[in-house]
Amino acid sequence: MAANPHDAGTVHAGNHRHDSGEAHGTVNGYVTGFVLSAILTVIPFWLVINGTLGSPALTAIAVMALGVAQIVVQMVYFLHMNARSEGGWTLMAFVFTIIIIVIAIAGSMWVMHHLNTHMMPMTPEQAQSLP
Amino acid sequence: MTKHISPSDIQGAPVFFVTEDEGDHGHHETGTMLGFWVYLMSDCLIFASLFAVHAVLGRSYAGGPAPVDLFDLNQVLVSTAALLISSITYGFAVIAMQQGNKAGTLRWLAVTGVFGLAFLGLTIFEFYHLIHIGATPQVSAFLSSFFTLVGTHALHVAFGVIWLGVLLVQISQRGIGEANARRVMCLSMFWHFLDLVWVVVFSFVYLIGVL
Repeated sequence: MAANPHDAGTVHAGNHRHDSGEAHGTVNGYVTGFVLSAILTVIPFWLVINGTLGSPALTAIAVMALGVAQIVVQMVYFLHMNARSEGGWTLMAFVFTIIIIVIAIAGSMWVMHHLNTHMMPMTPEQAQSLP
Repeated sequence: MTKHISPSDIQGAPVFFVTEDEGDHGHHETGTMLGFWVYLMSDCLIFASLFAVHAVLGRSYAGGPAPVDLFDLNQVLVSTAALLISSITYGFAVIAMQQGNKAGTLRWLAVTGVFGLAFLGLTIFEFYHLIHIGATPQVSAFLSSFFTLVGTHALHVAFGVIWLGVLLVQISQRGIGEANARRVMCLSMFWHFLDLVWVVVFSFVYLIGVL
């Protein structure tokens, strides 16, 4: 995990560093995370308010991508997630949760989309007069 | 009759891979952090189901108002800033705690609480405004899922603020002991987790909603 930017900050804390994992934050780590999060927050707001990208579909994809990037930033710099914490069980629980979330959300959208497209077309007036 | 059987007597007994690190006396790993993390993951599943509901119902306006009519993105940006700033001030509280600085810990925790309350105030104001102009949860499926999702998040923040208040009293009375340090670390995970959920809320509900 040499790529973990958090490591560089913890080394100079001396004997606090240990491999079993509870991470210790540093001021630099938090400030870096804060600045990156702020940038990744302002860009999507700016894109949506100004409509810079033009097409709504493109903007939606950009907003989602920036949101995912910010989630990763906050997990690394604020929650100090890494593969070592609690002997890897933190990451294991997280991966399991992600799998469940993807199944729940993608599955719901898929099923309900099919349900919608297979419904008989109905005008708003007909919908109003339902029993 | 029944004889106590220790696990090692049984052929193929379960082997537990989560072991305490004996050499790490300076730092007690009791499993609390892992347990709290598992709680957060289960909380994640609650939000995942609410997001799934909003993904399905988020465009069902039933002739009522749409997100573009209702949401004030500048106010959402201010809410987001309040929560993000409270995240970093909590980080500073944790750093002060690890340096044994009781006054600094209390001060940064109090600042975090103020920003948490600001976020809550903005959410309450937004809900009050929506209900006032007639955009109540009963109007459409979109508004039902919106109020449920954002309300659940705000409720989490409210409980986080209550926890923060309790922690302030505990630290000011007992100092930074092992127990209070553990509590601060648990609330730290909770607080950063709520900020993380809010990232998904403002991206998915507000920004993509108004497109």
